[in-house]
Amino acid sequence: MTPVSTERDLRLDLFRGIALWLIFLDHIPSNVVNWITIRNYGFSDATEIFVFISGYTAAFVYGRAMQQHGFIVSSARVLKRAWQIYIAHVFLLAIYLAEIAYVANSFENPLFTEEMGVLDFLKNPDVTILQALLLKFKPVNMDILPLYILLLLWFPPMLWLLLRAPSLALITSATVYALMWFFEWNIPAYPNGTWIFNPFAWQLLFVFGAWCALGGAQNLSRWLRSRVLVGLAIAYLIFAFAIAMTWYFPRLAIYVPKFVGDAIYPIDKTNLDVLRIMHFLALAVITVYFVPRDWPGLTSRIFWPAIVCGQHSLETFCLGVFLSFAGHFVFTEVSNRILTQVLISVAGIAIMVAIAALISWYRQAERRGGGPRPPAARPGYAGGDV
Amino acid sequence: MRRRLLLLALLMLGAAPARAEHPAECRVAENLVEPNFRLPKVTRALAAKHLTILVMGAGSSQLPGPNGMANAYPIRLQKALAQQLPGVEVKVTTDIKSKRTAPEMIKALPAALAAAKPALLVWQTGTVDAMLGVDPDQFSQALDKGISTAHSTGADVVLINAQYSPRTESMIALGTYVEDMRWVALQQEVPLFDRFSIMKLWGELGTFDLSSATNKLDIAERVHDCIGRLLADLVIAAAKPEETPTNGSR
Repeated sequence: MTPVSTERDLRLDLFRGIALWLIFLDHIPSNVVNWITIRNYGFSDATEIFVFISGYTAAFVYGRAMQQHGFIVSSARVLKRAWQIYIAHVFLLAIYLAEIAYVANSFENPLFTEEMGVLDFLKNPDVTILQALLLKFKPVNMDILPLYILLLLWFPPMLWLLLRAPSLALITSATVYALMWFFEWNIPAYPNGTWIFNPFAWQLLFVFGAWCALGGAQNLSRWLRSRVLVGLAIAYLIFAFAIAMTWYFPRLAIYVPKFVGDAIYPIDKTNLDVLRIMHFLALAVITVYFVPRDWPGLTSRIFWPAIVCGQHSLETFCLGVFLSFAGHFVFTEVSNRILTQVLISVAGIAIMVAIAALISWYRQAERRGGGPRPPAARPGYAGGDV
Repeated sequence: MRRRLLLLALLMLGAAPARAEHPAECRVAENLVEPNFRLPKVTRALAAKHLTILVMGAGSSQLPGPNGMANAYPIRLQKALAQQLPGVEVKVTTDIKSKRTAPEMIKALPAALAAAKPALLVWQTGTVDAMLGVDPDQFSQALDKGISTAHSTGADVVLINAQYSPRTESMIALGTYVEDMRWVALQQEVPLFDRFSIMKLWGELGTFDLSSATNKLDIAERVHDCIGRLLADLVIAAAKPEETPTNGSR
């Protein structure tokens, strides 16, 4: 067993923080600022970054715990974390229900009679709320936390295997992914359909992140420095960019040869299409090549806002989901002018940074001995930063 | 000389596409109407001076109230076509029921096609599928199946996607379904009437206020009027016999 490295890689916090901002922006529908987010320029989006880095940091924190305190204790910590995320999810759900109930009571328009049917579930809250607590009923944009919960539940045995036979763990994960495609595994949702983020698919990226954290990245480092690989990654990103442009300028679609279209479409987000994984990997290769671990910029003040958000990702994520509800609410109730959209987007990110900074300050104050916890609690292990 | 110029001008007017005089609010979205594939059965029907259209749709193809059917876009499509195609007998029949998904509609489709014997099926779908979270694969397969059913009975197809509804935008994830329809239309080489983008443009430019709470029908009727007119433009442009399509066809 190689010991888990102890130094936190600030790049993870930085890119997770940026991913959280992008998720916030993408979750506000018809937001003009969405044009800056990466999903418009290729196949993958911020979700891949978030899941990969979450896997990486989970292995980083719980891997150490498993080596020092054993399987049972570290698994208990992982499950405690899953429980915290579940509570956060239910809290968001309550806010969402309040918003929906308000719209149901105040909005009426003969043009949208059909669309208002989406509020019908309020007529039988007994079933809906129960299904929501079972993670089967998931309103729009509330799919990531349930995915995260399932990934954590599956994580202790995977982590155990990763610490002993990392390659075998990765092969197991890839096998589950392949079997998912073959047998069309997914988890049923309520009232129909299946999970928007198929856990059998997305676990691959989570486990791959964990594998990288536990020495995989070091094994790959020779490859990651290869110019050929970087060239391939750039070529693939350009290809994805060209395809993405045909989504916005349909006239360009005639330049996509039919066999290419037939081969790539549909690009499946639910089941984490291979094209999406490759796009994420290409982005990762380029990032690792141009932003080394000891890059001085990482400690500069410019990146501090993103890093602090990435360090408190659960809180920032939940806040972002809430702020995107609220932002869209302002668009429809007050104004949807472009200036409002920009202001709401900037204000939302500013609030995320402010709250993350507050949490950071509080944790430090607690660590310095102001808190009731005995020093033995070792906040770094508590899983608070996963 | 002057008379000749006048004659020339008249000829040019005659040669120009017979674009109807739509209200300015409709014309705002004219560029989003893309007749990128041909409608050969409609071309033949126009030559025979007799065009029957079947509109199959769900709740967003009708309006509430006693005159709901007469005010909604299918009948406005019929009026606009009749106006622009003098001498052609235009008949629009409908099969519209709210809360229907694409897989549900293809079950009703064969009987509706057999009853109406249309030269064109206008198929509006996608909203209820998104609301109920119908599996996107099943949705695409239903679209494919519906289109081939219509083709096998000798009807062309135009697809209409979901409405843009700002208030429910954060509650209905239309994205996948709108994209799937675009992709299926391209693959099956049928024109797509991009109602979503058209209404979104209207909403963004403030042409129509789509997020106000009201129980009045005035805006809803004007929106349906424009949809009917623009849809008529699409049908006529895609059925024009001799011209090559404007773009997009392979």
